Amino acid sequence: MILWSLIVIPLVAAPLAWWAESRSRHAPRWIAIGALALDLVFALLVWSQDRSLLASGDGRWLLESSAAWIPRWGITLHLGLDGLSLVLIVLTAFLGLMAVVSSWTEIQERVGFFHFNLLAVLGGVVGVFLALDLFVFFLFWELMLVPMYLLIALWGHENRRYSSFKFFLFTQAGSLFLLIAIVALAVLHRETAGRLSFDYADLLAMVIAPQTAGWLLLGFFLGFAVKLPAVPFHTWLPDAHTDAPTGGSVILAGLLLKTGAYGLLRFTIPLFPEAAADFAPVAMALGATGILYGAALAFAQTDFKRLVAYSSIAHLGFALLGIFAMTGLALQGAVMQLVAHGISTGALFMLAGALQERLHTRDMRRMGGLWAVVPRMAALTLFFAVASLGLPGLANFIGEFLVLFGSFEGHPVFTVLAATGMVAAAIYALALLQRSFFGRPADERRLPDLSRLAFASLLAMAVVQVWLGWYPSPVLKTTEPAVQLLLRERTQAAFIIPDSSVPAHSSRERQ
Amino acid sequence: MLKLLWLIPALPMAGFLLLALLGDRFTRRHVAWVGVGSVGAAAMINGLVAVGFVRVLPDVTSYTQTLWTWVETSGMATGIAFHLDALSVVMTLVITGVGFLIHLYSTEYIIDTGKAGVSAPAGPEGDNDEGYRRFFAYMNLFVASMLTLVLADNLLLLYLGWEGVGICSYLLIGFWYREPENGAAAQKAFIVTRIGDTGFAIGLFALFASFKTLSIQQVQTLAAESWPVGSGIAIAVAALLLAGAVGKSAQLPLQVWLPDAMAGPTPVSALIHAATMVTAGVYLIARMHVLFSLAPPVHDAVAVIGVLTLLLAGCSALVQRDIKRVLAYSTISQIGYMFLALGVGAWSAALFHFVTHACFKALLFLAAGAVILSLHHEQNIFRMGGLRRHSPVTFWTFLIGASALAGMPLITAGFYSKDWILWEAWSAPLGGPWLWAGGALGALLTGLYSFRLVFRVFFGDVRTKPHGHPGPAMSIPLIVLALLSLGAGVLELPRTLGDSPLFSQFLSSALPQLEPTVDSLVPSEGVLQLAVTLLSLLGIGLAAAFFLPARGAVEHVANTAWGRALRMFWLEGWGFDRLYEVLAVRPWRRLTRDAEDAIDAWYDGLAESLRRFHVSLSRTQNGNLRWYAATVGLGALVLVGFFAF
Repeated sequence: MILWSLIVIPLVAAPLAWWAESRSRHAPRWIAIGALALDLVFALLVWSQDRSLLASGDGRWLLESSAAWIPRWGITLHLGLDGLSLVLIVLTAFLGLMAVVSSWTEIQERVGFFHFNLLAVLGGVVGVFLALDLFVFFLFWELMLVPMYLLIALWGHENRRYSSFKFFLFTQAGSLFLLIAIVALAVLHRETAGRLSFDYADLLAMVIAPQTAGWLLLGFFLGFAVKLPAVPFHTWLPDAHTDAPTGGSVILAGLLLKTGAYGLLRFTIPLFPEAAADFAPVAMALGATGILYGAALAFAQTDFKRLVAYSSIAHLGFALLGIFAMTGLALQGAVMQLVAHGISTGALFMLAGALQERLHTRDMRRMGGLWAVVPRMAALTLFFAVASLGLPGLANFIGEFLVLFGSFEGHPVFTVLAATGMVAAAIYALALLQRSFFGRPADERRLPDLSRLAFASLLAMAVVQVWLGWYPSPVLKTTEPAVQLLLRERTQAAFIIPDSSVPAHSSRERQ
Repeated sequence: MLKLLWLIPALPMAGFLLLALLGDRFTRRHVAWVGVGSVGAAAMINGLVAVGFVRVLPDVTSYTQTLWTWVETSGMATGIAFHLDALSVVMTLVITGVGFLIHLYSTEYIIDTGKAGVSAPAGPEGDNDEGYRRFFAYMNLFVASMLTLVLADNLLLLYLGWEGVGICSYLLIGFWYREPENGAAAQKAFIVTRIGDTGFAIGLFALFASFKTLSIQQVQTLAAESWPVGSGIAIAVAALLLAGAVGKSAQLPLQVWLPDAMAGPTPVSALIHAATMVTAGVYLIARMHVLFSLAPPVHDAVAVIGVLTLLLAGCSALVQRDIKRVLAYSTISQIGYMFLALGVGAWSAALFHFVTHACFKALLFLAAGAVILSLHHEQNIFRMGGLRRHSPVTFWTFLIGASALAGMPLITAGFYSKDWILWEAWSAPLGGPWLWAGGALGALLTGLYSFRLVFRVFFGDVRTKPHGHPGPAMSIPLIVLALLSLGAGVLELPRTLGDSPLFSQFLSSALPQLEPTVDSLVPSEGVLQLAVTLLSLLGIGLAAAFFLPARGAVEHVANTAWGRALRMFWLEGWGFDRLYEVLAVRPWRRLTRDAEDAIDAWYDGLAESLRRFHVSLSRTQNGNLRWYAATVGLGALVLVGFFAF
């Protein structure tokens, strides 16, 4: 039940928040905070309880729940949670809270509907991280899309119509390939096992002809690469980020992009291990390209949020590189990079939002010298900018370096290319600081510094960065079994015999 | 007492956290107590630990303390762990000792800077409590990072310290952030060193791929066992580590950032850009000496880089006008000596020069800071002069520092360390007459440029009227460092003069020592000493001849067409900045001139062609009945034709 409650809590709170607007202006915010805090507590409870299970490393799922839904089509309500999904769900609830906090003063219109959409996206994200039936997965995948589109289209900035539409079109086009591949997999299962099935376990056990696997892999990869986003499918991202409200940007960067990486880790590689190995050089090349391309374009920007958006592309390039390097270290690094990037970029978007609220511009040519004006904001921007350039002692360093350590042995050329991204990252991150906070002030202005609430939440994010930078073991230990299993399955893939004894239709729950 | 080891980096780190998180409630006095006190306490603990270490020597030559596991997953196991041996004892003592003195000096200097406000003409950022607190917070963080660097038990933790000092250097160079030039200098320093760091990082990846460990001890043991001398992988890894070292230590070809780094407050230049951080490269090579011994071409390159750097920087120091830039180039040049020593395998000699250089260069920078303060932030030596009567403390301490830098024989520490390096440069198995000649020529240049400073600044006519005198917080560090610059030579007396090799004996447990050579082709130690001494004195004498009378022959030579061209060339640091401007900066700017995403243009094109297609299709829906009839007919014809054939 706890798995369903993780999804259901935000989804139930969503209409509640919408309705509560009629009661008071702040009621939707408090409902959202309550729901997400509850989710966070639940996820942390699972984390604290299952330490023994995590350590043992056997058994794929820490928690699993399955119930029949549409047996005719082989669709089951199958959810499962392992270390990977656990870490990402904790991140989801945490960043969800941050998104609510960062909208506190920015969103003043249709507050209820805003939080309805916010909670709906988050419910979808949690669902994506838990679903083990590809049909259900796809439902949640689409559930994230529409509310996110509305968040940008309704509460966004200048170009919101264009940007939200572009976001919708790109991700929907990617989803189309994903859907085709999912349906094809289910049909393929009928051909080999006699019945349709969307169930992860069934499909995992299926033997697929190499050529078919290659095409299906491509479908999955396209769907997830657009979301990640990998170059050259990334161009929706800068626009979407620039025009999204702060809370939307936090969720978009911190969580939605992570669903793309999660899809690669959970589905693409395990379902098509050999095809993925063949495809790895292409994906790694895209990853390395993304690192350098994103960094160069980040430097070229004059818009604060656009710069951060392009830096996201560079950071996710490390994740893509690590995922397809397929070594334990690289995969662990990729997961760490997802978490670290969620925090650092989320925080930078919150700071960008705070700046825009005060200056009514994101144009860095009209900033400069803000250190003396808003010292707390400046110090925190400095902190998260150096986190994002990969300073050791902070979380992004662990992610990037584990990816690079893990990739070097098998793919030295890509690794060296990616490593040069460290120089490029320094260039854009320091440029961001120089253009906005250092130098001479454009005029003598007095601006209010961060509110207590915003300061406290950014400080919490900074603490997480430091914690993961100096003591990443809790996260690494949690995800280790999932990563090792992925690697084991990859090496054993050739010897797997179709196993029909998996009870896909029975309902079971284990805790 | 060794158990206290972790406190040495932890105390300055605690100071940083205190200042960063709670400092806004502190008065300046509190800030000074925390900032100076944390480093002072670290220095005291360091003294205790060093005493404890000497007591257990020679039975125990190293001590490792693991605090907690850091990155432990999928076959990697690194801890937050410190490793103490003779090498790190020397490094930490210099860092905490000199660091403490410079912190003490800064308590007065930074207040005065704010009051004078000349370095920060645009505003008050040094003059408020925020600036004061920010300064000491960054300085404490720097000391903590530097101590982590030299105490790290594994290369990943070393890299953490390595990047940590880099970011502190960036923050402190850009401390007066209102001036865009300071920001540019800070970014340049960080980015240029990060180019080297990236090489260093790739070296770490390669080491880990080979040995599955990052422990400094294990890596070197395994490398010595499994890599033959001169093997490709050993050469590649050593070269990559060297890239990191030349970046951090401002050696050719990555030396360009250090002169610009003088934009930071003078105590920063003293601590970071002279005494400690820039010698991190020297430490790295000494620490990884086994790897360099396995890669003879790279090891030779270290010596060659050292000699070339010390000569190039020496020439540039000769013609600078800014007092701090002279000292910056002299730092590059002196680290060149250390690289020369490392390159011939004289590890201990390099470390000895590091110790004496830390004392006399910190002294020179701090004394220069006192000069600069008393002259309303004038840094141009051509607008200085006659200061020796105004402030005797500043004059005498600066003179001692300059003498040590020039290697004034017998009475200064610089003489002993430089002498040792030059002796090894010829007599060591990897050395030779050419390396010695380069170093000896450098000694001449050093005498010349350091006394050019002395004579320009303290002799002749008063050109800018000085005001104020350094208070006790500034004077005490000056005097202590001056005494050290004179006396530290006794730590290692050469065979010809007392024969008391305390320093090399102490280091022998951590670093291999060179055997005294018996090659008859090498002149005797005494002869070489005499030659270098004469060259140094010649340099000082030339400086007196050229610069004591205000205008002399040197002006005449310098103003010829050739002289002017050469002077400009040296002034600009041999054109490296221009070269990099053309090779790297401009291409990068051209590449990033356009904020538009080229790939997006492709999608825009797709959208546009779809729109056109839609427009042309919608044109067919024109309401004209004859047109509809004609197209229906034509369509039918095409279909019939298609199926018929």
